[in-house]
Amino acid sequence: MTAESSEAAVRTLPLARAINAALRDELSADEKTLLIGEDIGALGGVFRVTDGLQTDFGEHRVIDSPLAESGILGTSIGMAMRGYRPVAEIQFDGFVFPAYNQITTQLAKIHNRTDGAIRVPVTIRIPYGGHIGSIEHHSESPEALFAHTAGLRIITPSSAQDAYWMTRQAIVCDDPVIVFEPKRRYWLKGEVDTANPAPDAFTAQVLREGTDATIAAYGPLVPVALAAAEAASVQGRSVEVVDVRSISPLDDETIARSAAKTRRLVVAHEAPTFGGFGAEIAARVTERAYHRLAAPVLRVGGFHMPYPPSGQEHRYLPDIDRMLEAVERAFAYQNGVVR
Amino acid sequence: MQPVQLLAEDGTLTEHETYSPYLQGLDDDALRGLYRHMAVERRFDAEATSLQRQGQLALWAPATGQEAAQIGTIAALNPTDRVFPTYREHAMALYRGISPEELMTLFRATAHSGWDPNAYNFHLYAIVLASQTLHAAGWAMGIQQDLRLNALPRDRAADEIVLACLGDGASSQGDIHESMVFAASYQLPMLYLIQNNHWAISVPARTQSRVPLADRAAGYGFEGIRADGNDVLASYAVAAAAAESIRAGKGPKLIESVTYRIGAHTTADDPSKYRAAEELQEWSSKDPITRYRTWLTAADKADQAFFDEVKEEAEDLAADLRRTVPAMQSIDIERVFDTVYAEPHRQVETERAWLKDYEAGFAEEEGRK
Ligand SMILES: Cc1ncc(C[n+]2csc(CCOP(=O)(O)OP(=O)(O)O)c2C)c(N)n1
Repeated sequence: MTAESSEAAVRTLPLARAINAALRDELSADEKTLLIGEDIGALGGVFRVTDGLQTDFGEHRVIDSPLAESGILGTSIGMAMRGYRPVAEIQFDGFVFPAYNQITTQLAKIHNRTDGAIRVPVTIRIPYGGHIGSIEHHSESPEALFAHTAGLRIITPSSAQDAYWMTRQAIVCDDPVIVFEPKRRYWLKGEVDTANPAPDAFTAQVLREGTDATIAAYGPLVPVALAAAEAASVQGRSVEVVDVRSISPLDDETIARSAAKTRRLVVAHEAPTFGGFGAEIAARVTERAYHRLAAPVLRVGGFHMPYPPSGQEHRYLPDIDRMLEAVERAFAYQNGVVR
Repeated sequence: MQPVQLLAEDGTLTEHETYSPYLQGLDDDALRGLYRHMAVERRFDAEATSLQRQGQLALWAPATGQEAAQIGTIAALNPTDRVFPTYREHAMALYRGISPEELMTLFRATAHSGWDPNAYNFHLYAIVLASQTLHAAGWAMGIQQDLRLNALPRDRAADEIVLACLGDGASSQGDIHESMVFAASYQLPMLYLIQNNHWAISVPARTQSRVPLADRAAGYGFEGIRADGNDVLASYAVAAAAAESIRAGKGPKLIESVTYRIGAHTTADDPSKYRAAEELQEWSSKDPITRYRTWLTAADKADQAFFDEVKEEAEDLAADLRRTVPAMQSIDIERVFDTVYAEPHRQVETERAWLKDYEAGFAEEEGRK
């Protein structure tokens, strides 16, 4: 690759367009890659993520499906069994549940049930999370419900560059992968370098170095964590930020290494903390780095309630202040006891 | 709608304008083959039931009474047609060449599946009711994609179709509805076979549907046919006719095969608690094998020597099973770790290594003693 052509490969794109570019490039790379979902054709999806793809690849490659989530997933499984790579779009987080059975009892288990004879490389794209001012069932974060099922891989990008590469890596992966797309970040612009791959989708990445505390966040909350770290630095606290990126597998090593270094860890996600994925991170980091931690791992997340009417979502969703409050709570401890 | 019947309960054959011509596809050898497959399955089934009673199987779902529905249908298809069964299609599985031992693995709980679906064009048994009917639709969508790409695997005929099996109980599930919507919308090459054996565990078919299940197909925009599922010739002819139409590109079809489950739902339940002895009696008199044997004999298609030979084959198979099943070992849990994912997964690797270490600790301790 010459310097020139790799430079030409760098574009500034909103995250949604980066996913569009990734889908386009995979559709071009492999004629067995197909898209299926509701309204993904002429409309280009309700978030326009698939915009223009049906025009360019045809209605047989970009399939407007009947309005049936279990059907979308169940038929994706059948196509995958036959050697295709379906990329299924679920319109919104709250509508994945009619397909929950197909995803958890079928998709996740077929490779195992067939003793490895059949692979089902289905990618499921789910726009998730809140802060778009929508009505009920349009703002949920169900990642923990899927993380508990072995056989699924779950990733969530937080930048345009990651969105492009993680989507491509999901599609070529031979396992089923759920890509939770942070819908409130669809319009977040960033540089996308289509010549230089982002790190492996199934790893965590340290996005900002720090020495006093770590915030581990993913998807929609990564920019919030970065802003919180910036705000903390004004107060003289050096906060490291880890983008978890992959829920399953979980790169607990990278997170624990950061926590062991800074000695304080705050985990943040939009989903309710009770029974949430943050608990898994907290438990694993505690096991790995207990002796290094100055404070218990603290969690910042949603409350144990249905996602509230969006007029109240600003009080429900973790913001910079809630993250800083947790960091301060962590600083109240010295060697494991409150000072 | 009266089910299509060619062979009456007393074994007499009647002409049917539409369906009788399809029997011409069956020469005497093939006609005897239908009998052989049904009779062998029944013996196999009885043996499996007794193995379960002896504690050798975790569970068994007997198919006795449903042999004609299954054999008639599968015999009308090509080996390249993909079958998506439920968990009671033993006759079809054996017909496709799956060995009795392979078939037993799920029920002995030594593996989730003992066979490679690609090797027999016969998918795994489905425990979550109707889930497989969507996989079948997806497979059929894959056939259409293959045709578009000119990429049908060489060993398959260009007119490959898909058979999706389900029961009267499973017909109430949402997935079968979604499957039929996809099949109709995309005009998929699919044949649905509902074996209406009248009971879903203890719940009668009338609780699942107020109309004959075949009638439902019309609501999706394709044809449903009722066939006498205890009549192997009608089952064959109706399936052959449906398959011909599907291969001609005319879209999906549904066959409701009206039959009866003679035994328990599985070895875990007791049918005397929910169904009347008279009902069982009535259906036993419609037995598919007896009926067919009467006709084969009367039509001079088979003699006593043939029936003796089949009986011997069935007894041999049962004797083999009695020997091999108790020796069947579960696959190692390492194999389960190996196939959770197709590609390496950090947590699986860690847990596999932990278990190995943990168990090695015991072995060391044993060694020290
Ligand atoms: C989704 C689901 N719900 C419940 C069950 C438990 N179950 C297993 S078989 C069965 C009855 C099925 O009846 P039917 O579809 O008529 O098939 P048959 O067993 O009569 O052949 C039930 C309720 C299941 N396997 N899957």
